[in-house]
Amino acid sequence: MSDTHAHSVAFVRDTMLPEQPPPVSEAGAVKWVRENLFKGWFNSILTILSIYFIYVIVSGAWPWFANGIWTTSSLAECREMLDGMTGACFSVLTERWNQLLFGFKYPPEAYWRPILAFVLLIVAIAPVLYPKAPRKMLAFTAVYPFLAFWLIWGGTLLIPLMVMVGMMAGYFAFKRFERQSFAMGMLAGLIAAVVVIWAGGIIPSSMPDVLALQAIPSRDLGGFMLNMILGTVCVSLSLPLGIVLALGRQSSMPIIKWICVIFIEFIRGVPLITLLFVANVVLAYFFPPGSNIDLVLRVIIMITMFSSAYIAEVIRGGLAALPRGQYEAADSLGLDYAQSMRLIILPQALKISIPGIVNVAVGLFKDTVLVSVISMFDLVGMIRGPILASTEWNGVYWELWGFAVFVFFIVCFSISKYSQWLERQLATDHR
Amino acid sequence: MKKIAILGAMTVAGLSAGVASAATLDDVKARGKLNCGVITGLVGFAAPNANGEWEGFDVGVCRAVAAAVLGDPTAVEFVPTTGKTRFTALASGEIDLLARNTTWTFSRDVDLGFEFVGINYYDGQGFMVPKELGVSSAKELDGATVCIQTGTTTELNLADFFRSNNISYEPVPIETNAEAQPLYLEGACDVYTTDASGLAATRAAFENPGDHVVLPEIISKEPLGPLVRHGDNQWGDIARWTLNALIAAEELGVTSANVEELGAAAGNNPEINRLLGTEGTLGEMLGLDADWAKRAIMAGGNYGELFEKNIGENTPIGLARGLNAQWTEGGLLYSPPFR
Repeated sequence: MSDTHAHSVAFVRDTMLPEQPPPVSEAGAVKWVRENLFKGWFNSILTILSIYFIYVIVSGAWPWFANGIWTTSSLAECREMLDGMTGACFSVLTERWNQLLFGFKYPPEAYWRPILAFVLLIVAIAPVLYPKAPRKMLAFTAVYPFLAFWLIWGGTLLIPLMVMVGMMAGYFAFKRFERQSFAMGMLAGLIAAVVVIWAGGIIPSSMPDVLALQAIPSRDLGGFMLNMILGTVCVSLSLPLGIVLALGRQSSMPIIKWICVIFIEFIRGVPLITLLFVANVVLAYFFPPGSNIDLVLRVIIMITMFSSAYIAEVIRGGLAALPRGQYEAADSLGLDYAQSMRLIILPQALKISIPGIVNVAVGLFKDTVLVSVISMFDLVGMIRGPILASTEWNGVYWELWGFAVFVFFIVCFSISKYSQWLERQLATDHR
Repeated sequence: MKKIAILGAMTVAGLSAGVASAATLDDVKARGKLNCGVITGLVGFAAPNANGEWEGFDVGVCRAVAAAVLGDPTAVEFVPTTGKTRFTALASGEIDLLARNTTWTFSRDVDLGFEFVGINYYDGQGFMVPKELGVSSAKELDGATVCIQTGTTTELNLADFFRSNNISYEPVPIETNAEAQPLYLEGACDVYTTDASGLAATRAAFENPGDHVVLPEIISKEPLGPLVRHGDNQWGDIARWTLNALIAAEELGVTSANVEELGAAAGNNPEINRLLGTEGTLGEMLGLDADWAKRAIMAGGNYGELFEKNIGENTPIGLARGLNAQWTEGGLLYSPPFR
């Protein structure tokens, strides 16, 4: 074809021109800036305004950070050192660091225990969060709750050990009877666990000093440690409870269904702060005087109930989103209820529910600061109460609240990032 | 929430009247610790220090009672309470004694079923305004926005004061003193009102205390004192007379420095002798031993020493004795005789 027009056209190029770099305005950073920041007069004005605001904020806040004082032991000293300059008194953080993290009554010589429990938490949680972690670590995850309890609250190791043995007995009983039916297995497991724990309860009370750490009453827990304990315990307890409630709500057995519906609707209709007041104030009236049920335990029960109701609703959304055919397919394979739920329905429903569950988890973690209202000294309670009421630090606000914001942001942002990662991992629908 | 708390307390006061009246003294002795309700934190009155030990004026009362009953001023389990949980904590028996700058009012004493055992601080509600506002009397505050703590008597006093003077105000409700300070400093409210002692403590923590004035009007009586449950008069007597012992000790010149010496043997002053147990059987009448008052005074000093150490003029709070001076010096502190 190259010579078709040879007679009519003076010149025909028969090789490609070498590739030219695009014009400066259409490549790299310049292009990005033009397209994203200065596209049209309206966007340009917005960009300039934004840059101006950022400049004002940064230039205003920078001296405050840069002049920050980290070493004084009271606000008056700090102001003296600043001598009229703008500057932050970060020394409140360094001086009260341990109080912010552990509360004011946790014995300092035992700080290593919650720290170790926290490090082990990362190890224990890894196989749950990351499918690629070695499966053998799951054994440690199963042991972890008992270990953490022992580390944080102290006392003899025999108590958590007995409970663990009881749980294991329950598990084996469940396995033994599961073949007959799932419900039968659950019942047998429950009975075995209760019997073993009850019978074994005699051993720790007769030998309270075996492998004992210094016992620490839960009234002495505080600081960010308390938020972490409440957050982790309540999220991990409310997830299985929420699944059970969601399934119960869809059950065809009317009594189970109505118990679940009433529980969920009642808890969702009550503000968390009310439940906490109930835990703190009203429950004390129903127990005989002297039988002091641990306050932290009461609060854990209340927060767990609260969040499990929400998680149940999120999971119900996931269950409802599954096409009817999935249920029918499970039935047609001859699976019983427990098998079909475990193998077919829940894996899909939970995957759909991840964003909602994470949303509840993040909200729950932040809600743990509400316990400061019932005079528990979590991070916020420590700031509002003892630290701001001390003669040394009365009047420091930005530094303390900024610290609280920073700490909570780190945790919540990590949870959210993890859930996005998990969603990508589980995305099997080839969108 | 306050209403709920009060309703709850009322219901329970009825329910638990029989249960809670079991001898508190025996419970405390069996437990080996006094459960004492305190505030979650108020400068000078009660707050844990950097080592986690509770310190303050109200804390001193707890320690004195513990010393009198158990012989050990550190045998106290401090139970922090908020304005909303304090009464239920006491009514339900979670605490034996509430020393949390609580105003003695008719309804709290009679209706809620508590027994105020005395007054350890005479306070009154005042106003603080920025100097630049140019206000010299609380009656000029028409239309002002006022920061006020919820669930306290100050809220009610404020309404009464403005209504009786026919002026209007806009309340900005806040939870604790600590929250009020930044709100006030940032101008979210023109006026901050709370007990005069609280105002002084707040103002002392400002960067420029001189820019703010406390108005001369004191619009209420706020007698603050420790309280116990109705129905256990022996325990109430112990708390009442421990507080009286601290006040009488100041009047009689018994301090933590000389109490050991004065209590070693009977001296010339019969009232000191009776107080310190070298004469008479006052301790026995209370169900305690003879040295009870001596121990209470040794725990943190007499009333004057507690005052000077925690909230007096040499502390950052810098409160003058004022109404809280002994009656012999023009104040209101007047302990009944130890006889």
